[in-house]
Amino acid sequence: MDRHINAPISDEDAKNLRAGDYVYITGTIYTARDAAHKRMAEALAAGEKLPIDMEGTIIYYMGPSPAREGRPIGSAGPTTASRMDKYAPDLLDLGLKGMIGKGKRSQSVQDAIVRNGAVYFAAVGGAGALLSKRILASEVIAYDDLGTEAIRKLEVEDFPVIVVIDSEGNNLYETVVKEF
Amino acid sequence: MREVNVSEITSNIKEMCIEANHYLSPDMKKVFQEAVESEKSSLGKQVLDQLNENLDIAAADMIPICQDTGMAVVFINVGQDVHLVGGDITDAINEGVRQGYVEGYLRKSVVSDPIIRENTKDNTPAVIHYGIVPGDKVEITVAPKGFGSENMSRVFMLKPADGIEGVKEAILTAVKDAGPNACPPMVVGVGVGGTFEQCALLAKKALTRNLEEESPIEYVRELEAEMLEKINALGIGPGGLGGTKTALAVNVETYPTHIAGLPVGINICCHVNRHAHRVI
Repeated sequence: MDRHINAPISDEDAKNLRAGDYVYITGTIYTARDAAHKRMAEALAAGEKLPIDMEGTIIYYMGPSPAREGRPIGSAGPTTASRMDKYAPDLLDLGLKGMIGKGKRSQSVQDAIVRNGAVYFAAVGGAGALLSKRILASEVIAYDDLGTEAIRKLEVEDFPVIVVIDSEGNNLYETVVKEF
Repeated sequence: MREVNVSEITSNIKEMCIEANHYLSPDMKKVFQEAVESEKSSLGKQVLDQLNENLDIAAADMIPICQDTGMAVVFINVGQDVHLVGGDITDAINEGVRQGYVEGYLRKSVVSDPIIRENTKDNTPAVIHYGIVPGDKVEITVAPKGFGSENMSRVFMLKPADGIEGVKEAILTAVKDAGPNACPPMVVGVGVGGTFEQCALLAKKALTRNLEEESPIEYVRELEAEMLEKINALGIGPGGLGGTKTALAVNVETYPTHIAGLPVGINICCHVNRHAHRVI
């Protein structure tokens, strides 16, 4: 079913979403991919504070292409989520409530999603130009030196995603393939 | 002997990097439209419609089709009767990539060392494959390769006894493992024969083959058709969200090999399968 939710996401919204729901997200989300996750893991290991508060946060696994003049961002589609599997469970345990990416997740990520009442969304891989139109503002807030891999704060409006793994552990990738 | 100034190669490569990242090639456009019309899953159809709209926006507003504008793979075949002047050919190619990626607002996705991982900030160096061919032309193919699909590519060193059934199984294994990660509907490039490195290169070349051109070998044409059907029966579908269109095309290239081996390279690409081709 179609749903509209706000970000940061409430515990209730996260728990109510079901695998297969088509969701439009409005509000503030953050980008982070490989290099930013590695740095956040290093910060946690050193007992330092993370650059973003994880409580209710949605992280978008994405590194944009450069913005042309007058635009907030360039092409902005999802990257493969499994490369962040090593880092995601710790962030989920710190309150991370949603992840947007594409592709399969590990069992330990799925377990951490269930344990924390979180959700894994997929955006359509390869639709970076279309998705960029749903991003109203973009600002680098940490790790600027990482270029496209810096952490960005994004303001999004009706950003289209699909629930792949829900808080009960249902996995759309596993169920839909059997239907065809 | 015909003189070609390498600056001409630079300017062409610059334009081709930008072109390949914003416009679907005509052969890909045709198979993509067929997929939009024939997909049976409603969610799969929704994904294909979104990808179709994405292509329109990319071309109209000059926003790259995908944010992963790839590592630039360049195939360059230089005619034996061409005299290249004006500088080093490798530098000229990399300068074209640099200009294309910097001036074309393309993402810089290349790191200078696989372990130290510092971004080179201009997407160089390219991966360049040189060929020397008869004639007085320079033929260039630029194929920017994203790594969502590249990471799902495989090399299998099969035994001769595995035969064509082994090749089929290898292709299905690679596609099943790739699943939703490789931005399906995919294009599957397969290289059979040669050596370890040759089969991988053949697989990459297979991806750049114009989809309207057929293999001259009968069993290869049959293998391509059979594998396309079998892949589409896997149910992975557009975006991995279920459906009947998991692949748009399977291209197979072959090469002689050793009596003891049957190497198979499988290079997976997303639905865009970026490639631009020019002859100078």
